[in-house]
Amino acid sequence: MTTTHPKNPTTHPKNPTTNPSSVIRTRFAVRFLHAMKKLNKKTPPSRRYHTIRAAACASMASAVGPRRAWSRAILRKIRARTLHDHLIHKSRNHRLITRRKSAGLRGNPRDQEEVGFRQEDDLRGLVPGGEGMGFCRLLSETAHYIKCLRAQVQVMTNILDHYSSS
Amino acid sequence: MSSRRSRSKNSSPGSSRISEDRINELISQLHQLIPEMHNSRSDKRSAGKVLQETCNYIRSLEREVDDLSERLSELLATTDANHAALLRSLLMQ
Repeated sequence: MTTTHPKNPTTHPKNPTTNPSSVIRTRFAVRFLHAMKKLNKKTPPSRRYHTIRAAACASMASAVGPRRAWSRAILRKIRARTLHDHLIHKSRNHRLITRRKSAGLRGNPRDQEEVGFRQEDDLRGLVPGGEGMGFCRLLSETAHYIKCLRAQVQVMTNILDHYSSS
Repeated sequence: MSSRRSRSKNSSPGSSRISEDRINELISQLHQLIPEMHNSRSDKRSAGKVLQETCNYIRSLEREVDDLSERLSELLATTDANHAALLRSLLMQ
């Protein structure tokens, strides 16, 4: 399923089959539904929520592919988790995050117009892969991440509605 | 990796002029995405406020995904839906 999409969605005509958000939704929906189909047969009920949640995240990252830093970060994390010990990876991440937080507290956001360290660090913690990128990159990655999160919510809501009504 | 170079908070004002414009452009882009701020007067908003609202918005979207996952997991336990039909109907949109 190869489609080209322009970098600037605002100037692109809203053709329902090729506009970028529709492409993302379709790619995500296909992956997510496949993951849910696999899950139905062999997952114990207690693990269902966790598996679905992880599948949503992985399907989104896979739908976007490696062309965004945030999706690359998620895909790396997933690959690392399957290869290495889960606990080691978790403790490494935690050390990174606590180090960044203490650096942020030293900042002094006096000017209202200037960006405070705290909001920026909060954002870095929320956007996957946000820890290691420059500020401009962080902002552009955040915008794309938000668009994809919205697409994810739309598709999952649609799936839920279809399941409920059938 | 020169990730810290773009944040020139403490350097001379002249050198950070170009990146400031770029940052303002990106911040206004984010501003457009956030539903709450989109309705209010979209003039010179403080960058810190936009980032704060962005963080809150991301958290609320993640919570929504959590909630949807929860409901889907409950639904899977009870129904036995036809996946092929679902896929087809979703791809039609």
